[in-house]
This record gives sequence, C-alpha cells and structure tokens, in this order.
Amino acid sequence: MKQMMEQMPIVINALNIGFLQTLKLFFVTLIGAFPLGLVIAFGSMSRFKPLSLFTRLIVWIIRGTPLMIQLLIIYYFPGLVLHNPIWGGGDEGRFLASAVSFILNYACYFSEIYRGGIQGVPIGQEEAGLVLGMTRRQIFFKVTLLQMIKRIVPPMSNEIITLVKDTSLSRIIAFQEIIWAGQAFLKGSHGISGAIWPLFFTAVYYLIFNGILTVLLGRLEKKLEYFR
Amino acid sequence: MSILEVENITKSFNCTEVLKDVSFSLEKGQALSIIGSSGSGKTTLLRCLNFLEQPDKGIIRVNGETLFDAADPSTQKESLVRRKRLHFGLVFQSFNLFPQYTALENVMLARRLLASEQPDYKTRKKEIFEEIEAQAKMLLDQMGLANRMANYPHQLSGGQCQRVAIARALALQPDILCFDEPTSALDPELTGEVLRVIRELAMQNTTMIIVTHEMAFARDVADHVIFMDDGFIVEQGKPQQVFGNPREERTRQFLARFTQG
Repeated sequence: MKQMMEQMPIVINALNIGFLQTLKLFFVTLIGAFPLGLVIAFGSMSRFKPLSLFTRLIVWIIRGTPLMIQLLIIYYFPGLVLHNPIWGGGDEGRFLASAVSFILNYACYFSEIYRGGIQGVPIGQEEAGLVLGMTRRQIFFKVTLLQMIKRIVPPMSNEIITLVKDTSLSRIIAFQEIIWAGQAFLKGSHGISGAIWPLFFTAVYYLIFNGILTVLLGRLEKKLEYFR
Repeated sequence: MSILEVENITKSFNCTEVLKDVSFSLEKGQALSIIGSSGSGKTTLLRCLNFLEQPDKGIIRVNGETLFDAADPSTQKESLVRRKRLHFGLVFQSFNLFPQYTALENVMLARRLLASEQPDYKTRKKEIFEEIEAQAKMLLDQMGLANRMANYPHQLSGGQCQRVAIARALALQPDILCFDEPTSALDPELTGEVLRVIRELAMQNTTMIIVTHEMAFARDVADHVIFMDDGFIVEQGKPQQVFGNPREERTRQFLARFTQG
C-alpha cells in the first residue's frame, strides 16, 4: 500500500498523458463520423438503386466484422501487403490509422441511427411543408431536422458512451492511449515494473468521463422535451 | 370564368385506377363538398390539386392559367410546382402541425420563408416580419385561439390543433382552400368547433373544397356537392338536389346508410 502511494504521482502523470490520447481519438472520431454518417444515411436511402445497394453492402461489412480486425487491416494492409506504408511510422501513423478506422466504423453505426431518425419523422410533416410552398431544403432544416435530432439523441448517447471505451481497441496497433500507458507499468516504465494496479486504475478515467457525458447528453435530451 | 377547372383527371397507383376521368369546376367564393365512402378517390383528388400526387392524365386550370397538363411536360417542372402549390391550401385530416413551433410560429413560418425571396427583404425585414406576425395573430384570433398562440401543438386539443392548421393554410392567402376530412380525427365534441370555423369561412365567401363525412354539414355549408364512388364522379349538383332528390341509385344507397345510422 505504501509502495502504491509512492508510485501514485508517477502513474497518474503517465495515465493522464495516455488519456489525452484517448480523448483525442474520441473527439476526432465524433467530428469525422457525425457528418460522414449522415452522408452514408442519405446514400442508403437513395432512390438510385446501385448507390443504396453499395452503401448498404459497406455498412453490412463494417458492422458485421470486429472493429479490432478493421484496425489491424487498415493499419497493416497498406504496408505489409501493398508495400506502400501510407500511414507512415510512429505515433502519428498509429493515430491516423486508428482515426480512419474509428470514423469509418462509427459512421456506419451513426448512419443507421440517422436513418431511423429521418424515417421516424411522419411523412405528413414533409407534405405540410410542401403544401405551404417550402423548398425541400427549407423543410429539412426548418421542420425535419430538429424532430430527427430529438429522436436520435437517446440511441446516439449510447453509441457515444460505447465509443469512449472502444478507443481502447487501438491498443492492438500500439496507439499509446490510456490502456497502453497503464499496461506499460507491468513490463516496466518510469522505474516501476510488475505493477498491475495502474492498468486496473484506468477504469476510473473511463468511468468519470462517461459520467460527465451522461449528464451532458441527459441535459440535451431534457432540452428537447419542450415539444413532442 | 370558373376559378378552378379540372378536366379528365385520371390517376393510378400500381395498376389500380383511383381516379377515373374526373372533371368538375368551381366558382370563386363558392364552397364545394365532396362526399363518398372511403377509398372512393376523394383524398387522392385533393392531393392531385395540391401537387402531392401527379395525375396520369388531365388538366388543372386556375383562373384560366393551366397549372398542370399531363400532355404538356413543361407544366410539370419541379421548380415551378412550388409556386403553383400556393394557389391551393390544404388542411390535413391529421393536422400535421410542426411540433417544435408554437401555434403562432406554425402560422408564420411559411410566409416568413417566402418573404426572404422578396427583393426588398433585406431592407424591410423588420417591417415585413411585423406584418406577418400581425396577420398571423389576426387569423388565430379569428379562429378563437387568441389565448393559445404561445402554446405548442402537444399542449392543444385536437380541435384547437386543427384550427391552428386552418390559420396556417389561410396565412398564405390561397385562391382555393382544401379540407381533407378535417374532423375525422376528432372526438365528436371537438368536431363542432372546427365545423363552426369552416362555416364562418364559407359565409365570408372563401373558395373551398371540403372532403367530409359530415353529411349534415356538407349539406348546409356547400354551394355544390360532388358524390364520388370507385374513382368516378357519380353525381353532382346543388346540395338540395343531391341530398334531397338524388338521381343515381348509388347515391341513394350511400345516403341511406347515413340517415339510418
């Protein structure tokens, strides 16, 4: 116990650095996957059959295979198979490959949530807008969008909280996020070795951050309760 | 000249003919009631007039201007349809109010968006918005909703929602206001307040087409009645004639069911 207290400041410092990387991957994924998911959603709802079939095929493949495999393929395939290491080496390359994998993967999940949200808005809303001489663009932004957002906040919250924890999968390609930082103390790092507790302690970071997200998303949900 | 002329409208959905060679006309300031059993094509006819469905054949003319001609593709351009729709207003059976806006905002929204296309919008924005707001308040007041303007649709009863929807349609000052079974989604006790409003509009000589199952209402509010069955106009004429002395056997059968019930 005494030894653990002595190790504490060093471990916390290392875990903080790791968690910053976790957060970086988390926010970059959100920023990329929110719009890309909408594009994929419109693609899968397209009346142009080849486009909607192609989009649905991609969504099926990405949702049907483990994110960990996608990470491995996206990171290693260009370099090891095509002999064209597009990601470059080092931390920057690992981060880029992770970000691309996560954005693709999460955009597919988001697209299905968007699709449900858009299709859940009654057709009468669009027809009322049309009859009132509104353009389709005006109808989307002034009528449908907010109703869609209201519908997607609860399932989206779920995905966002899952994403916080899923970032740990990038450990598989040695992206130095918080799990990697905690695990390092097993083999030896900063003069500490054979310590398993830092790895267990990483759970606290996830728990606190998800707690904050839960409160914020809950508030957003409340805010949208002013209409039904 | 009639304000509305509909000639030989035909419309099919997947090989099922819903409208078969429908023709009628309507004079300015008159109210037309369309009656008939469910599935007779009444709603589809209104949807064609509002460009929510495109007829397979036929012509729609308003004030002598051909808005739609199935034989003339130049009348079917998507970009022009939006302006043409403004000749008609449509009140839906299920209201279709925008839930995220208050009653007042529901009435103002479309006019505000249209105003942004006016050339003098930028310089007169404030003035225009005040004008629109004043008109919307007047309409809601006329609907008996003066104290409900700030309420959201979910805070209103069905009858109040439908009256907001009527005000919303009137705000754009359509040449012809269409009602698609405006009271079918309402409790019997809320039906009266909506019918009263429509009756007032008829007295102010609003040009209207009313699809309804309220026979007594159709009879005394309408200047002209059309009875539809299986996509055809079976009979049309003055309400006294269609209701009191129907020429066709089918009309008699239909009306008999209502007088019995």
